[in-house]
Amino acid sequence: MSSSDNSYAAVMARKNEIMKMSTGLDYDTYAHSPIAFDYERMMNDTGYTMEDIVRIQHETKVGNTPLYELHNLTKAVRKISEPGKGARILLKDEAANASGSFKARRAAVSVFEAANKGYKGVIAATSGNYGAAVASQAVQRGLKCIVIQEVYDSHGVGQPEIVEKGRKCEAYGAEVIKLTVGPELFYIHLLTLEETGFFNSSLYTPFAVKGVESLGWEIANEVKARYGKVPEAVIITHAGGGNLTGTARGLLAAGCEDTRVVACSVDLSGLHMASDHDFNRKSFTTGHTGFGIPFATWPDRADVPRNAARSLRYMDEYHLVTQGEVFYITELLTKLEGIERGPAGNTSLTAAVALARQMDEDEIVVVQETEYTGAGKHHNSQLSFARENGIEVRRGDPKDNIPGKTIVIPEHLDQVWGKLQDIEHLRKSYLKNAARQHPLSDWDEEDVRFLAEDLKTEQGWIRQQMQEMNGE
Amino acid sequence: MTSIPAGTWVEIEKVVLNPEERAPSVPDDTKLTPYKMWVSGFLAEEGEIGEEVRIKSIIGRELSGKLVRVNPSYSHSFGKVVPELLKIGTEWER
Repeated sequence: MSSSDNSYAAVMARKNEIMKMSTGLDYDTYAHSPIAFDYERMMNDTGYTMEDIVRIQHETKVGNTPLYELHNLTKAVRKISEPGKGARILLKDEAANASGSFKARRAAVSVFEAANKGYKGVIAATSGNYGAAVASQAVQRGLKCIVIQEVYDSHGVGQPEIVEKGRKCEAYGAEVIKLTVGPELFYIHLLTLEETGFFNSSLYTPFAVKGVESLGWEIANEVKARYGKVPEAVIITHAGGGNLTGTARGLLAAGCEDTRVVACSVDLSGLHMASDHDFNRKSFTTGHTGFGIPFATWPDRADVPRNAARSLRYMDEYHLVTQGEVFYITELLTKLEGIERGPAGNTSLTAAVALARQMDEDEIVVVQETEYTGAGKHHNSQLSFARENGIEVRRGDPKDNIPGKTIVIPEHLDQVWGKLQDIEHLRKSYLKNAARQHPLSDWDEEDVRFLAEDLKTEQGWIRQQMQEMNGE
Repeated sequence: MTSIPAGTWVEIEKVVLNPEERAPSVPDDTKLTPYKMWVSGFLAEEGEIGEEVRIKSIIGRELSGKLVRVNPSYSHSFGKVVPELLKIGTEWER
C-alpha cells in the first residue's frame, strides 16, 4: 500500500486519496465549491438513525449516563445571586461511559462503522480523551488500534494530563505513537493510515459527530420527563466543535428548538498551540480557545476534507473562562457535591455558574459532560506541574489570569464570571477564512445560502459582509 | 553495555523530520527542533541502549528506531500539595 516517496510534501499531496481509502467516504460527492457542500446529505448518508446510535452505544457500554441535579452548588449560586435568580444546575455524568468521557459516544459509532466496513484496525490522531475512547471501543469490537498523540516538548517533557491519556490508550491495548509538538502529526497520521490500511477514526467524520447526537437526545428527554419542560440552556465545552454540533443536533431532534446552545472554552489567548516553548505553559490540553476559535472560524482545517463538526451552525453564545476559574470550580464540585471529576470536563460547569446567576430560579441549565479523573489528570497535578514550570499560582481576582504566566484561583464564588466572546466577530473571521479558500468574486447563490446556514445567520447579513469585504 | 534480550518490553525513538524538513507553518522556536516519535513494543532481537533495533508493537506492527528505554513505565502522580486549593468549599471559606 505504501508509496516510495514518504517526504512531508509527497505524503501531504496524497491526502485526498488516503482519506478516501481510510474513511470509505468520497467527500467530493458532497462538494459544491471549496466553501459550500451538502452538509445534511453527508450526515444522512451515514444511514444511522437515533435508535441505531443508541443501540450501538449500548452494546459497548456507552450512553444512558446519569443526569444529576447539583443541589449544593445551585444553593451556593443562589446565595450570591439577586433575589429570584440562580437557575438549577444539572450535570450529565459522561465520565460513566466506557473509557471515562463523552468521547466514547463518538468512538462507538466510528469504530462500529470501521468494523462494519471490514477494516482490520482504526487510527485516531488525538492527544485527548478520544484516543482512549477509540482504544476502548476497538478492543470491544475486535479491531486493532493505533493512537497518534502529541505528548512531549523538545526536551521530552510531557504534561501529566497528556501522559496519563497516553497511558490509558496503552491500557486498552492500543499502540501509541508519541510525538513532539507540531502540526506534522497529520503527516504521521496519513503515513500510518497508508501503511496499515486502517480506518481513519477521525473526530470529524459524520459517524463520530452523529455519535454525540444521543447525548443531546438523552438530556432533552430526561429533563422533559423529570421537570416537565425542556432545559433553557445547555452548556458545552468547545474545542474542535463535535461536542457542540452533535449535542445541539440531538437537542433539536428531541424538539428543543428554544434551548440556548452555549459554548464554553478556557481562554488561552496569547499562547501558540504549535510552539515548543508554549506547549507546557498551558494547563489545559483541550476545551480551550487554541482549538475552539480556529475550528469555529474554519471547521475544514480538520483531518478530513469536510468537517462534520460545525459549531457556528448551532452556537447561540460563547463564554470564555480562565484556567483559575475552572480549577476553583473543579475543587468546589468535589467539596460541595462529593464527586471528583477531571478539570477539562468542568470547563462548561464554570460557565454554568456564571450563567445560572443571571437566569431565573425556575430555569434549568445543563452542563453536558464530565470526564474521569486520576493521577496526572487532576487539577492538583496540573497546578503542581504549572508551578514547577515557573507559572505563578495564587488566589485572587481571576481577571488577573495571564495564560502561560499566571493562574489566579478565585477567592469567592462571586468572582466566577468568565466573559462573553463576540460571536459576530467569529462569523466575520469565518468569512475571511472562506475567502482565502475561494475568492470572494467566485461566491455564488449556493455559497451564500451555505454560509448563512453554517453561521446561523441570514443571507442578507452574508451579502452585507461581502460588500464590506469587497471594499477593503 | 549490557545486552537487552529479545522479547523485552522497550521504547524506541525516531527522528521523523529533521529541523530543515519541518512543515512550513511551524513557529520559529519549534522549527529549531527535530520532529521526534516514541513507540513501545517487544524487542525483535537482542540489542543495546542507543542501538538501532526493531520492535513488534502491542498490536504486532513492526517498527524500527533507536532503543532508548527498557521496561518503559509511568510515574505521573497527583503532584505536590497545592495550598491554594485546600480551603475551597470547606467551612474556612463558606
